[in-house]
Amino acid sequence: MSPAGDPDGEEWRRLDRRTLLVTAAVLAGVAGGAGVPVAAGLAGDRPLAQAVGWVLAGALLLILAGTAGDWVRWRRTRYRIGPDRVDLRTGLLLLKSRSLARDRIRSVDLTANPLQRVLGLTKVRIGTGESTGGGESTLELELVTRAEGERLRRTLLARAAVPDAGHDGVLAVLDPRWIRYAPVSFVAPALGGAAAGAVMQVSEWFGAQAEVLDWIGDRFRDVSLPWMIVDLVLLATLAGAVGALGLWVEMWWNHRLEREPGGTLRVRRGLFTSRSVTLEERRLRGVELVEPLGVRLFGAARLDAVATGLTEDDEDKHTDLKALLPAVPRAVADRVAAEVLRETTAPTSAPLAAHPPAARTRRLRWALAAVLGPAVLLAALGALLTPVLLYVAAGWTVVLTPLALLLARDAYRSLGHALAGGHLVGRSGTVRRSTVALRRTGIIGWTVEQSYFQRRAGLLTLTATTAAGEGAYSVLDVGETAGLALADEAVPGLLRPFLEQPETPRARSTEG
Amino acid sequence: MEGENAIRLRPPRHAVDTRAVGWWRTQCLVTTAVPAAVLAVLGVLIDPARGWLLASAAAVTAAGLAWTAFFPSWWYRVHRWEVTDEAVYVRTGALWQESRIAPMSRIQTVDTARGPLEQLFGLATVTVTTASSKGALRVEGLDHERAAELAERLTELTGAAPGDAT
Repeated sequence: MSPAGDPDGEEWRRLDRRTLLVTAAVLAGVAGGAGVPVAAGLAGDRPLAQAVGWVLAGALLLILAGTAGDWVRWRRTRYRIGPDRVDLRTGLLLLKSRSLARDRIRSVDLTANPLQRVLGLTKVRIGTGESTGGGESTLELELVTRAEGERLRRTLLARAAVPDAGHDGVLAVLDPRWIRYAPVSFVAPALGGAAAGAVMQVSEWFGAQAEVLDWIGDRFRDVSLPWMIVDLVLLATLAGAVGALGLWVEMWWNHRLEREPGGTLRVRRGLFTSRSVTLEERRLRGVELVEPLGVRLFGAARLDAVATGLTEDDEDKHTDLKALLPAVPRAVADRVAAEVLRETTAPTSAPLAAHPPAARTRRLRWALAAVLGPAVLLAALGALLTPVLLYVAAGWTVVLTPLALLLARDAYRSLGHALAGGHLVGRSGTVRRSTVALRRTGIIGWTVEQSYFQRRAGLLTLTATTAAGEGAYSVLDVGETAGLALADEAVPGLLRPFLEQPETPRARSTEG
Repeated sequence: MEGENAIRLRPPRHAVDTRAVGWWRTQCLVTTAVPAAVLAVLGVLIDPARGWLLASAAAVTAAGLAWTAFFPSWWYRVHRWEVTDEAVYVRTGALWQESRIAPMSRIQTVDTARGPLEQLFGLATVTVTTASSKGALRVEGLDHERAAELAERLTELTGAAPGDAT
């Protein structure tokens, strides 16, 4: 569909009228959610019917006023897909108009929550992929029909589409077996804690917190206190695992990663809320392979895109938009990484050069300091105040020292760097091990950092700055010469004029 | 590749203006004087805690003076800059030293700024940004006329470079 040939191309359009229905329903939900605890609170010192009456009146007012406001917004909002520009006008008193040049548009993302899906509506976010412009570089249409959203996506991202049989097509489809990695993610304990917190909060609304605690106490009357704590933690973990499974299904059901003709990647996923994220390959600067500890122990990894223009959204959307794959077996992640980056072998699985032993020494020192610092503090307090703290300090040291040293060793083993084809690869981290493959042409500068201790140990931290993702990706604690040679080779010519050979080569070797 | 083939970054060619040391010292003194004065005034006013407050005011003053004597001259030795036809190269820091290099073709904006203290010392700061959210380079403590010349030269050089700098 060529832009000029689209007969509807130049007329102003409105959002879908059923947007109002969605707004009213959402407000009703909000009113219901807030109304129940309020009614419960009011019912304490006046008759129930009166309390419910007040709350209902308030809810009705909220819904009517909110929907009326949204009606005004709907009336005043127009958008137009012109031959060169996309325009959006909105606002009652303060007229806002935003205009994006069509040739700068890099993404058209569709999101629909369950309510919107029932009505066949979707939210459209059109972005130019510029990370500097804040909100100015995106345009949101809330809401249009699904067909209209799909039409916008096709029209706005239709480039000179040259089908590329070798690379087009589906890159990954969800394998339901991947759900086995959901309970080992960090989401599970967080959800478990949240569930316990929610029980306490809701029972407090109804003034029944003490009864809930008593009830729990009764259940565990026959067991000792430590067992009760262990049981409760297990219970919370189980709840968290179930929650993580549910969340995974909602987030990743129907997941599909495909490359469309013309060089765009498209991720579709979601059970209730469906999301469609389109990413122009021109914006792609690399991928990040993330292995959180739990997931890594099971030989799995997650894959995120490193692309420009994904940072302008608020935090949760950010992680939402860059995800290419959920936790999947490592081999699958590597295969998809290679296909996404159009490399024959995956840069993320390239053999990495190890870093000097001095980097291990630093990590072991940090680990010991992290354990012994608090231990010394506890011991000092114990000597001054009560001997109990001395035992705590001893226990702390005995239990945590081996753990910290293990993590430090693992952190050192994780360090590595390589040049793989057109990509610079750097790996680091232990609790969250991350392997970043950054396109060498996407590197827009270098930062070389050296602390006092790094200078003494002959190490440096090499950071490649880029327009995409987090803006900078580091190779930590690499040997001085190895790091500078890596930077020089990755972007030929840039660093060379600023390099020199020391007149007297230092006797101390920086790499073992 | 180590040993006899060792390589390292050479320092950038130009030092910052010598007046920068005075400017940094003044900054250090101001940041020391404010909390020290507050503590001292409170010490005079609040009788029961006088000893503690005056002692901490003295401690803050001593630390601040040591800082003022020590760091600005170190910063002066480390802070250096250089602009070639291809790249901007800046080194900053003291305990943690940072060398930043940005190619001319990727530079997006060049700004000069002069705070009130900088104006007093006839200095200016040049900030060079790239498309990276973490890619800004700052050259502090330049003579203000030299900074203006530098900004002009950078603007010219970056204008000549093709591409959209991402």
